[in-house]
Amino acid sequence: MTAEAIMLLAIALPLAAMLPIALTGAMPNLREAVTLATAVGLFLVVLQLLPVAMAGGQPEIALFDILPGVPFAFRLEPLGMIFAFVASLLWIVNSIYSIGYMRGNDESHQTRFYVCFAFAIGSTMGIALAGNMLTLFIFYEMLTLSTYPLVTHKGSDAAKRAGRTYLGILISTSICFLLLGIIWTWTLTGTLDFTAGGILAGKADGPLVGLLFLLYMYGIGKAALMPMHRWLPAAMVAPTPVSALLHAVAVVKAGVFTVVKVVVYVFGVEYLTALPASQWVMWIACFTILAASLIALRQDNLKRRLAYSTISQLSYVVLAALILSPLSVMGAALHIAAHAFGKITLFFAAGSIYTAAHKTEISQLDGIGWRMPVTMGAFAIGSLSMIGLPPTAGFISKWFMLQGAWQTENLLALAVIAGSTLLNAAYFLPIVYAAFFRKEKHDGDHHEHGEAPLPIVLALGATAGLSVLMFLFPGDAIALAEALVGRSG
Amino acid sequence: MTLAIHYPALQVVLPLLAAPLCSLMRGRDFAWAFATLVSWLAFGIAVALLFAVRADGAISYHLGGWEPPWGIEYRVDALGSYLLAIVTLISAVSLSFARLSVAREVRQDQHALFYTMWLLCLAGMLGIAITGDAFNIFVFLEVSSLSTYALVAMGGGGDRRALTAAYQYLVLGTIGATFILIGIGLIYMMTGTLNILDMSERLPAVADTRTIRVAAGFLTIGIALKLALFPLHVWLPNAYTYAPNAVSAFIAGTSTKVSLYLLLRFSLTVFGPTFSFGKLPLNEILAVLAVAAFLIFSALAILQENVKRLLAYSSIAQVGYMVLGISFASVTGLTAGIVHLFNHALIKTGLFLCVACVAYRIGSVRITAMAGLGRQMPFTMFAFVLGGFGLIGVPLTAGFVTKWYLIMAALEAGTSLGLVAAGLVLVSSLLAVIYVWKVVESAYFRPAPAGSPPVREAPLALLVPTWALILASIYFGIDTRISVGVARDAAVALLGGIS
Amino acid sequence: MTWLGHFNYWIFVVLMMIGLYIVISRGNLVKKIVGLNVFQTSVFLLYISMGKIWDGTAPIVTDALMDGRPVAYSNPVPHVLILTAIVVGVATTALGLAFVVRIKESYGTIEEDEIQHMDEEAFLARSEHLGGQP
Repeated sequence: MTAEAIMLLAIALPLAAMLPIALTGAMPNLREAVTLATAVGLFLVVLQLLPVAMAGGQPEIALFDILPGVPFAFRLEPLGMIFAFVASLLWIVNSIYSIGYMRGNDESHQTRFYVCFAFAIGSTMGIALAGNMLTLFIFYEMLTLSTYPLVTHKGSDAAKRAGRTYLGILISTSICFLLLGIIWTWTLTGTLDFTAGGILAGKADGPLVGLLFLLYMYGIGKAALMPMHRWLPAAMVAPTPVSALLHAVAVVKAGVFTVVKVVVYVFGVEYLTALPASQWVMWIACFTILAASLIALRQDNLKRRLAYSTISQLSYVVLAALILSPLSVMGAALHIAAHAFGKITLFFAAGSIYTAAHKTEISQLDGIGWRMPVTMGAFAIGSLSMIGLPPTAGFISKWFMLQGAWQTENLLALAVIAGSTLLNAAYFLPIVYAAFFRKEKHDGDHHEHGEAPLPIVLALGATAGLSVLMFLFPGDAIALAEALVGRSG
Repeated sequence: MTLAIHYPALQVVLPLLAAPLCSLMRGRDFAWAFATLVSWLAFGIAVALLFAVRADGAISYHLGGWEPPWGIEYRVDALGSYLLAIVTLISAVSLSFARLSVAREVRQDQHALFYTMWLLCLAGMLGIAITGDAFNIFVFLEVSSLSTYALVAMGGGGDRRALTAAYQYLVLGTIGATFILIGIGLIYMMTGTLNILDMSERLPAVADTRTIRVAAGFLTIGIALKLALFPLHVWLPNAYTYAPNAVSAFIAGTSTKVSLYLLLRFSLTVFGPTFSFGKLPLNEILAVLAVAAFLIFSALAILQENVKRLLAYSSIAQVGYMVLGISFASVTGLTAGIVHLFNHALIKTGLFLCVACVAYRIGSVRITAMAGLGRQMPFTMFAFVLGGFGLIGVPLTAGFVTKWYLIMAALEAGTSLGLVAAGLVLVSSLLAVIYVWKVVESAYFRPAPAGSPPVREAPLALLVPTWALILASIYFGIDTRISVGVARDAAVALLGGIS
Repeated sequence: MTWLGHFNYWIFVVLMMIGLYIVISRGNLVKKIVGLNVFQTSVFLLYISMGKIWDGTAPIVTDALMDGRPVAYSNPVPHVLILTAIVVGVATTALGLAFVVRIKESYGTIEEDEIQHMDEEAFLARSEHLGGQP
């Protein structure tokens, strides 16, 4: 099978799985077997692409013209490879976790849940492998729409309101800004292909290009640059596997992935260096990192704290991309993976606590570490990764970011990264401390419980392990990131 | 084949002659089956003409063998054949849908007359699209309008407001048609011809007279009334809301489209772009009205409680998109306007058919009454969601293609006003998100009222035509070769004077 | 004094205005139809005026023409067109009046404001009814 066909298969597989999942809705065991089999199958398919990407191959395939001159096309490149790899790997883990969580909590509409999940993963693969901006945009919108039923899964009024915020912000930014930016780019350059070095250089000048850049940066609402971040905390009403999907596997990753794509392949790093607007967006990113961290400090609800932490971590990626040095762009690419492994662990842990102990607030977690050692151990590893300490993946990506900032003598970025590291420590470590070193409170909420169901524990143990593995064996990931910035590995 | 050369005449004569025959039909469903058959045949002819025009260029057909400009010429060009295909398609699909829906809403003894009116209306619209004679346009316009008024009034069996809506439509429609008649008369005064091509050749010599400018004014206002261009839209919401459901679907997809064709025909073919957009500020006037239309009516649509009225308001807004495209006076802009003729016809008729399915089952089209239907009528409501995506302009739906070209045209204009117009189009599509989502939330998030009888999915006879249109609207969002190709041909031909 | 020479056009304009004014200002549905008729008739005059030539004959073969003398004749085309338009006008009037009859049957009145009032009351009653059961 050619690499082109494998790429199409990677997108088609989860989408095709929607039908059997829907048909086997009456038999939960079979339905979940289909989901798991598809997830494993998808990962194996994506794995086939890895050697191609490592060898520097960039197979591409154009299916048909959506609009004259803009084909529906796919292309494999290093950043997309990282994203597709991470997303497909985490889908397996997330599926296992979902089975435990959805059954453990007796959620309704499980079939719809699995169908939409497969749809979202298919869209994510489309984003990762898109060959031009329009194809990416199409899958970007499909991802928004396919995750809407997941966010509003509970069907309550709160879920409906959250769904409105979610859809409202994501659709309005993408339609109003991103689409406008894409069409504008098309009228300026006559192409939307992702090209190394960018397509805008030499085609456009002046302050309007700054506006165009802002359209892109704010149009990608999934990257949650302030003030477009409101949807992320709102979406916390969703079941935990969905939060994990949003925060780690697909949605926000699709956002920052698109940002990096735009920076590297549409504008081009060199072209952006001369553009003042890239500075403004960098300041906005710095502000978002610090502000979101400060807000996170004040949240008592565990999932909300994690949500604000995500907002801040996303802006790391944006900031790293906009430091505009090859090393920091590599850091951005690595951070997409590192944050994915870390954050999914944290969310799995939050869901595990909810399933086993029915606790949602941080103040309730005193002493819980001894009742749920695996969960809280994994939580500790996830926290370390967020802070950027060894032996976790977060350290690697932060290392590259700092190096890049150092190289370009970007003192602001250095200061912000250092400051926010402290803040990250300030809002994660107390949780770990309380879980293990404080005495359990014996008040009204308290009841006896042990660890969460086995699938949940397995899943979060696996993701924590991945976080450590990426620290221990970063070679392939770094090689891909180097290929992204055009340095020979 | 000898019959093929007479297709242009058959296109109109077939439904026109079928109409009186249809009125004689008695017994259950005979009239319906006959009208549907005729409508599909007309569609077949239209498709044959479309491909013939694509292959060999415009067809000129001389009625009775009289040479133009003395005789009446039927002329099928890219734009005309496009419109013929749209109108016949929408008519055929809505007629296929109509049997059950009409049986419930119209008295049994009126069925034959109902379908007679439908065929007459179809014949009139096809005549407008095909004729090359200006006065003929007026006659066909009145044939289609009078039968539309009657069709709208047929909704009076269920809701008496249909009668007042039809009356209001009749008064305003007649004023519009008479304005058009005055305009044609004034042009005839100056050029001495009624043949459209002949007119366009002779007009430049007399273009600087007040008579011609007045003629342009009368024609534009008359057509704008028929087109429901803001602020001359008053008749539309009531007519769409109270007409029988199948009729709403039919006229929503056709009548404003035919009027838009007239606008293109007169402003570009007859007067020519240099006159309309150079000597007269028609493009600026149209642009302002179009922007006002889609902003105001997208916003007002949000406030509607009746889904048919909501869709009607959205139609006024969508007319704004089409007119905005025309006002750019560029090939891209016109392509956007013309392709939206087609796309919007598919989407809006599809949506009206969904609503008709709902009305068939629960007898109401209010948003509150649709609570819980997402579960009870999954196929209908999912079709509505997909159609709604088309209105919003989500990628891979036909609505997206339009929006793409419209914004591209706005940016190509290269002015800051163009950029603003592009932004406003996007704002309006956000408003569309809100009004579509109001229906979706009601259907999917509110439980069905306690104690209400269980609702079954609409019968297959209704679902199939509905889904056919909805799927077509998605197909033409993915494969744009034909829809955009023909639209571009038409745009280039219309702008022949400039480029 | 050319403007006086165009008196038939002036009549067209005045009739058109009167007709439109009646349509807009009257609340009685039958009177609106009357206004519509006046409006349409004015257009008939416009067409007939443009076809007529002072001292022109009917477009038929006359003795003068046979003798080879130049003969001015009126253009018959606008007259023919207006014959069609008159038919359309009659049809419109008939349909409009039919609507009025049906409206009278179902509302019991043909005054526009009363009809509007009845529709609004029906709407309010309906909303109250709906308000009772959420």
